[in-house]
Amino acid sequence: MNGVAVIGFAQAGGVVTTSGVETLVPVFEEALARAGLGRRDIDFWCSGSSDYLAGRAFSFVSAVDAIGAVPPIAESHVEMDAAWALYEAYLKILSGEASTALVYGFGKGTAGDLNRVLALQMDPYTVAPLWPDAISVAALQARLAIDAGRCSEDDMAAVAAQRGHQAPDSPYVSMPLREHDVAPVADGAAAVVLAAGDRVAGRRAAWIERIEHRIEAQGFGELPAMPAPEVDVAALHAPFTHQELLLRRAFGLSGGVRYVPFTENAMFSAGLSRIGVAAEEVMAGRAAKALGHATSGPLLQQNLTCVLGSRS
Amino acid sequence: METLAAPLTIAFDYTRSLGPVLGRFMAGLRDRRVMGGRTADGRVHVPPLEYDPVTHEPVTDLVEVAPSGTVISWTWTGRPLEGQPLDWPFGWALIRLDGADTALLHAVDAGSAEAMRTGMRVRIRWAADRVGHIRDIECFEPGTATAGPPGPESEPVTMMTTPIRLHYRHTTSVEEDRYLRALAEGRIIGQRCPACRKVYVPPRFCPADGVAPDEVVEVAGRGTVTTFCVVNVPFAGQRLTPPYVVAQVLLDGADIPVPHLILGVPAEEVRMGLRVAAVWRDRADWGTTPENISHFAPSGEPDAAYETYAEHL
Repeated sequence: MNGVAVIGFAQAGGVVTTSGVETLVPVFEEALARAGLGRRDIDFWCSGSSDYLAGRAFSFVSAVDAIGAVPPIAESHVEMDAAWALYEAYLKILSGEASTALVYGFGKGTAGDLNRVLALQMDPYTVAPLWPDAISVAALQARLAIDAGRCSEDDMAAVAAQRGHQAPDSPYVSMPLREHDVAPVADGAAAVVLAAGDRVAGRRAAWIERIEHRIEAQGFGELPAMPAPEVDVAALHAPFTHQELLLRRAFGLSGGVRYVPFTENAMFSAGLSRIGVAAEEVMAGRAAKALGHATSGPLLQQNLTCVLGSRS
Repeated sequence: METLAAPLTIAFDYTRSLGPVLGRFMAGLRDRRVMGGRTADGRVHVPPLEYDPVTHEPVTDLVEVAPSGTVISWTWTGRPLEGQPLDWPFGWALIRLDGADTALLHAVDAGSAEAMRTGMRVRIRWAADRVGHIRDIECFEPGTATAGPPGPESEPVTMMTTPIRLHYRHTTSVEEDRYLRALAEGRIIGQRCPACRKVYVPPRFCPADGVAPDEVVEVAGRGTVTTFCVVNVPFAGQRLTPPYVVAQVLLDGADIPVPHLILGVPAEEVRMGLRVAAVWRDRADWGTTPENISHFAPSGEPDAAYETYAEHL
């Protein structure tokens, strides 16, 4: 079996259609072309999306139209960012049930009021009925982080600047979060092609050296230390600037690490895209080792980390 | 390209059953008391956890805490969103109630952001009508309060209802847009898959081949009932009185049937192979909607041969 590698990645910019199908078809084509595989070479398809984003029931079922499911395919879905679909596909390959997989995520985050929709992923008994919007909840975390000396508004502005969002007089949206601290909501779609070691066969590849999923303990927003190995590049999924700083600290990333800025909050594909971007760094030879990170929840309640490396 | 778009609201009252811990917590709120759950390490969690995060044992030790506490973090909301506790500007806060070791999220009616600060003392403002729900706490307000006199706990709450209402702007695909605009002109169109040559009505990416549809094809307003069901069950929002028939109609020239109503014939006379024709509403009422076709009714032609629709069953 000899490991699992990312061998292709593509993402869509701009507007995603409601069903996702029209956007996904060219994204699949591009990811497959980069992987040097055809549609029928894929053993397993796995997606991440949520009906709440565009308000359409069973949207992941209609998205399967983009695959062309004749003859029948093996397919699965997670109601999470597609980074968690990648985790499922990785296990599928490790278990020997597939030797190739295409993982995709899509979401039309601009269809509704995302900030309000996200309240529904909080505890349904004691929190969600209050409709606490995601930005307000993240602001509570940011203030705790500032009060604890973990970061400052200046540090956050510096992250915003790296993202190209910094504005000198950026107004507060939810104190202490300013407009430039909040990654803009966007539509998104992305696809990653995975292959078992014996199917890589000379292709450009970023090998998955480590992948893990951490869930916070019950309660509200405590980020455990998640020490990561030394990497050259990190692509962190941090919808708010203070979270970028909390994550760098939790991973113990050193000053020499280059960060790929997180610029848009494209729900359900952003996390997969971070892993894809990290893999691109390795496949293009710009990094020997890269960290891709995906999160879920306004307080980084779920974190998936994927360390990718080259094999020369 | 700007395609047709329209507002869409979805709403549902979620009912959730409560276990022994949250049932007692919600019953407490109804009685103006806040119950915390003590875990094996001695910490009191408010809201209580159902299972100890360290030992994973069920939490059974519930203790009353004070209806006032301390703000440990806060933010300010200038424009409250639909459904939030207050509909005027307020603070969101993490509040550690006296006697608790963890913080509860809720709203603080403080008047202005300047009145909010970490460490401020706040107390519960109880809702007038309490039903055993987290919203029995209307919000918090500056000040302190002490717990009422001890008394027996009332029956645990077993079920809670939370209405959910979400608003979207639904945007059509290019193919859907083309289909709806044709309907507004009294035409029914499909599009042909360039790979398998099948005509989809409404037009869509071919689910068998995963490719964009190509040639636009106008199809007939008449076709064949492939299969059908008689609706006998009333439901919320129903527009017709049962019994009535919903059928799959394979329009002449199309390779996939569309669902529609079959009226103008007693339900027991609808059959597979029945030939039907679209009955359009008055032209003055047409819009970019499938509702331009009121229903299908028997066309009077002889029934279609089984072989002509067998592959659609």
